[in-house]
Amino acid sequence: MQQEIIISGFGGQGTLFAGQLLAHAVMAKGLHVTWIPSYGPEMRGGKARCTVVASDEEIGAPLVRRPSAAIVLNLPSFEAFAEQVKPGGVLVVNSSLVPRRCERTDIRALHIPATDMAEEIGNPRLANVITLGALARATGLVDIEDLEKALDDHLPERHRKLLDLNFRALRLGGEQAG
Amino acid sequence: MAAELLEGNAAIAEAAIRAGCEAFYGYPITPQTEVLEHFSKRMPELGRVFLQAESEVASINMVYGAASAGARVMSSSSSPGISLMQEGLSYIACSEVPAVLVNIMRGGPGLGNVQPSQADYFQATKMAGHGDYHMIVLAPSTVQEAIDHVVLAFDLAEKYRTIAMVVADGAIGQMMEPAELPPMRPVRRFEDRPEWALTGAKGRDPNVITSLYLGAENLEAVNIRLQEKLARIKAEEVRWKEYDTDDADLLLVAFGTVGRVCQTVVREARAKGLKVGLLRPITLWPYPEARLHELAGRVKGVFTVEMNAGQMLEDVRLAVEGQCPVGFYGRMGGVIPLPDEILPKLEEFARELGVEGAGDGAAHAEDADA
Repeated sequence: MQQEIIISGFGGQGTLFAGQLLAHAVMAKGLHVTWIPSYGPEMRGGKARCTVVASDEEIGAPLVRRPSAAIVLNLPSFEAFAEQVKPGGVLVVNSSLVPRRCERTDIRALHIPATDMAEEIGNPRLANVITLGALARATGLVDIEDLEKALDDHLPERHRKLLDLNFRALRLGGEQAG
Repeated sequence: MAAELLEGNAAIAEAAIRAGCEAFYGYPITPQTEVLEHFSKRMPELGRVFLQAESEVASINMVYGAASAGARVMSSSSSPGISLMQEGLSYIACSEVPAVLVNIMRGGPGLGNVQPSQADYFQATKMAGHGDYHMIVLAPSTVQEAIDHVVLAFDLAEKYRTIAMVVADGAIGQMMEPAELPPMRPVRRFEDRPEWALTGAKGRDPNVITSLYLGAENLEAVNIRLQEKLARIKAEEVRWKEYDTDDADLLLVAFGTVGRVCQTVVREARAKGLKVGLLRPITLWPYPEARLHELAGRVKGVFTVEMNAGQMLEDVRLAVEGQCPVGFYGRMGGVIPLPDEILPKLEEFARELGVEGAGDGAAHAEDADA
């Protein structure tokens, strides 16, 4: 079993953190995991993405061209990765910021107004966590509870007051994936 | 100690601290700045030395000075910064003091870019500076190996009074993986410093540490001693890892990031019926040439993959000694080759050699965007 997840958006949307959260949850399940960011001369508003590979055997390549699942938080990410997801895979689209639909029938595409939903519960920066909840439920890689535990263990001290709101965001996202 | 999800650069710094590193001198450069960042936080907490020098030239000379005083010290940088250190490295090598250096390689030549690269292979293994010497060069593929290699580098540097360099690239520096840190070793007490160190000469004759030997015979004698030491290292410190080499028809040779990428290539090739094995050198110097020679005698071809124009390829050819054909695939400028482009190249090589399971060549890789 191996799954590769790309989480992509612009800087400030929390793509790297969402990937780390997923990596912590995968690790806690006793699986092998790698997390690797795209890096370079980046800025807030520039592109930001990471790749998480989870496997029951030692991980070779930590990067893939065609992931088994992807979260795309903005339009450039949709354009880069919607076609790249492997058949049978999962694509989570932040429809608040992506005015397009993925029409592929060989993958499960979830269009979730994550930024709007995050705003409704009080913090627009939680779109990453909402989409991560949806990805977890749709892929079955980890449970919402695994991600809650990862949040509890690894949310930076300065954001701990947002822990309950993060839990809520995860569950909301999970519900979107049915 | 349990595994934690650790970033390569921070793990390298923490591993050095736990190996008893007393002082770190360095200068920031992407993609290794997190090494300094971690040291800058931890060393003052522990009452040890962290110093951001005015340049890489200054940092390597500070390493030289502190190493001469018998302290466990290191520096780290990325490709252009290592070039600036080369004079100091040569002086350290001739002076025979132990020093650890980490190179988180980036794309070159020149200022290049900050993406992962292996284009400093020649620099690390052949021409670390002027004069006749080599450094011990360790090449991790994972965050765990980066940790283990840093600890090993300190021990080997002291054992042989030489420079030990860990060469990784931006991918290993920036990625996170579960890894285990070693227990904290105590910093060596002043009175336990090596007997050759410059510790004040109180109650003993002065020690001399120099890289200046006037007179050809004098310097030749030093060189002979250095060469004897290098021969000892070559005999005792060669390290590598092998994957599925037992029944292999083809042998991949790759190190570092692309070494682990090739582990995936081995799996995918075998799933398609092509019997491929992998030799992953851990020490780039000394090179695992005897083992590669032996394996080359058993396979139909050797295929080298690198993130450069073909530098280790020269050592591969030297070790293979014409026993079988040697193929090569490389990406430059900071591009990481992925399995879906390596495998078709390997299959093409296999077809040319008539290796069983090589496929019909129908699949084509898409262009890379790493």
